[in-house]
Amino acid sequence: MAENESGKDGMTRRKFIQNTGLVVGGALGGGLLGGIIGNQTGEDAPDTAQNNANGTNGDTENRMEARMFFKRQQDFNVLRSMTERIFPEDDNGPGAIELGVPYYIDRQLAGPWGLNAKEYMQGPFEEGAETQGSQTRVPRGDMFLQGLRRVNAVSRNEFGENFFELEDPSQQNEILTALENNNIEMDGFSSAEFLSTVIVATIEGAYCDPVYGGNRGMRGWQMKEFPGAQMAYINVIEDDEFHTMDPVSLHDHHS
Amino acid sequence: MATELERVDIVTVGVGWTAGIIAAELTKAGYTVKGLERGEEKTLDDYFHQKDELRYALRYEMMQDLSKETVTFRNNADMTALPMRRHGSFLLGTDLGGSGVHWNGQTYRFLPYDFEIRSLTEERYGEDKIPDYMPLQDWGITYEELEPYYDQFEKTCGIAGEENPLGGFRSDEYPLPPMVETKMIRMFKEAATNLGYDPFQMPSANLTDSYENPDGQRINECQYCAFCERFGCDYGAKSDPIVTVIPTAKETGNFEIRQNSNVTRILTENGEATGVLFVDTKTGEEFIQPADVVAVTSYVLNNTRLLLTSEVGRPYDPETGEGVIGKNYCYQVMGSATGFFENEKFNTFMGAGALGAAFDNFNGDNFDHSDLDFLHGGEIAITQTGRRPINNNPTPEGTPRWGSEFKSESLKYFNRSLSLRLQGSSLPSRNNYLDLDPVYTDQYGDPLLRMTYNFTDQDRNMAEHCGAVLGDVLEEMGADQVDVSNELSDYDIVPYQTTHNTGGVIMGADPETSAVNSYNQMWDYDNLFVTGASAFAHNSGYNPTGTVGALAYRCAEGIQQFLDNGGGQLVEAKKNGRKINM
Repeated sequence: MAENESGKDGMTRRKFIQNTGLVVGGALGGGLLGGIIGNQTGEDAPDTAQNNANGTNGDTENRMEARMFFKRQQDFNVLRSMTERIFPEDDNGPGAIELGVPYYIDRQLAGPWGLNAKEYMQGPFEEGAETQGSQTRVPRGDMFLQGLRRVNAVSRNEFGENFFELEDPSQQNEILTALENNNIEMDGFSSAEFLSTVIVATIEGAYCDPVYGGNRGMRGWQMKEFPGAQMAYINVIEDDEFHTMDPVSLHDHHS
Repeated sequence: MATELERVDIVTVGVGWTAGIIAAELTKAGYTVKGLERGEEKTLDDYFHQKDELRYALRYEMMQDLSKETVTFRNNADMTALPMRRHGSFLLGTDLGGSGVHWNGQTYRFLPYDFEIRSLTEERYGEDKIPDYMPLQDWGITYEELEPYYDQFEKTCGIAGEENPLGGFRSDEYPLPPMVETKMIRMFKEAATNLGYDPFQMPSANLTDSYENPDGQRINECQYCAFCERFGCDYGAKSDPIVTVIPTAKETGNFEIRQNSNVTRILTENGEATGVLFVDTKTGEEFIQPADVVAVTSYVLNNTRLLLTSEVGRPYDPETGEGVIGKNYCYQVMGSATGFFENEKFNTFMGAGALGAAFDNFNGDNFDHSDLDFLHGGEIAITQTGRRPINNNPTPEGTPRWGSEFKSESLKYFNRSLSLRLQGSSLPSRNNYLDLDPVYTDQYGDPLLRMTYNFTDQDRNMAEHCGAVLGDVLEEMGADQVDVSNELSDYDIVPYQTTHNTGGVIMGADPETSAVNSYNQMWDYDNLFVTGASAFAHNSGYNPTGTVGALAYRCAEGIQQFLDNGGGQLVEAKKNGRKINM
């Protein structure tokens, strides 16, 4: 099934492995493939029922998967691979890509957050001490574009391949570590600040309410045993036992 | 050219807890009050279906728009202050009700020791115990004098609580019984008791029953849904100004709120406040609002800034120690510890903002400081406010902050770890203060408030000593691994710590060392009252809102006396006959 599906997309299994680095430890279950493959590259993603097979919310969510901010496919591919390295698929469940994190980030960058609309952006800009917080003049949208392109350039330089085509996830991790250690030059902000911003956005996308396009099928919440936006716990809060319950989203409040 | 409006008895700057209390009390007494609120109107309808961590907790739905106004910050006077461009360390509220709407509801009284801290410290340990850099001072009021106002605020809110065995005298019980005991709270209390401490259930403005307050306002029963701090309560079950004092004032017919009205100056003439100048934020039009009494009732930082931009009062000078506006800016010295449990799970995602337990054996002067190199201390507590998944990713020390190990550890421990906190006092330093920034401005071109602040030796020693207790308690609770965070580096404005900013317009008995008297009336202007946590001469080891509320009731009483009796100073100034150590 999965093999067939990828074949239809013009995607070989080999290519899929290259793109995601998901086979670390060989723990990948066949049942996961359908959902993941559909999200590997935007140009290849078919709008099929299979694409929604893994706990997503049907047609509506699927139609939210178009880019509002990123124009170049390559930038988005780098972003996807970065978020998957930050929050990878593993035995616990889906990773960033399957949870819809890249689309979540795309939509956030297209809104006020990407423009730092409610933040103080007047000059003069000075670097300052760490205790004084971010002092960059570069809005988040620009920071992502520059950062992702720089990451890809480093990847081509060091490993001869696009970041999202590196076969060995440890090579991708190496580049993320270089970002973290401020070893990649950026204009107007540090590479550590860029990485921190991507980390925070990835975690947001994994665990936000599904209304934002992330946490698809509430599977981020399920992994964390977080039951979402429940109206009340007054009847169970005194219990000693641990309560697992089906998560509730903002959507459920309105239905 | 500003348009002059019709005179009112009292005008308030901002409409949150303190303005709401003043408005409720003075309108009941028949006076007219006008509240100028720069933000939008808010009602309970705005909070329905708001259980959205991203929008409220992380995109700061209820917080001040920093593109219009922020503060600048530096650790010391040798640094260039730079703007706080994003929210972080503390969260400035906005709109009707202000920070009083997005609070957790932990409603403490300060200790008797706090109000006479200098006298009592000298009495017990001698004057030399107080470091040279610390302008520690009595508040000009005793706990016994303030007690009735605490009682009044607690009854307005319907506080659910249990008497603190180490707290001050209470004239009455809490109006409602304490919140429930959950597994983690029970474990905390048992461990604290085993170690010889005196735990009690945290006093809460999340109500444990449906309640009608003395003003006839109905507040509902908390559902423990776990969306309190950074959120408004959709049940109307958390006491805030919108469900208590503001409706009380409105029902009298004597209270007018004007929204979208940003006060930019206090107007004065011949040592008297004549009113305020404000801008309509929608039209840009300027207005003058004349009033018999001006009550400055916005957040701590705005109170101080408005006095400085209006050139009212004597600005504090850190070189000489002279002047009072901007003096004794204090914060809260936090410590924390997390215990990781391999075989136990907790319903950490359930809760309420003030669901928790605490003990005060290391707070105030409840323990002997003779051989310790610090004063005061802090409250040690566990809270079950409800963990939300984006912001809570507890992992044992040494875990990477991204990648597969991060993912699996943060998933594992989300419900298998518990955190305790030290909420430490913050005592003043002559080097920690507020003034106007020489470079950065707000949307109107007025200078931003500049904050110069760092932790002191006092803070570091206190956090180290008291913070170590957190680890002991977690071990007694049976944690398999305990990570204690009690070493303070430089104060950092980025990570969220607490919104308990205090000082800047402090109270006292001596006009040389304080800006306002015990009614929060300015020494220099009889008809100008400045109230809120800006009046705190230091910050205790507790959440401040209980004390803010008590002082606001005292202030309301003072304004009424002032108006009823034809003006004048309500308190006779006292010279302490003692120069503050410099």
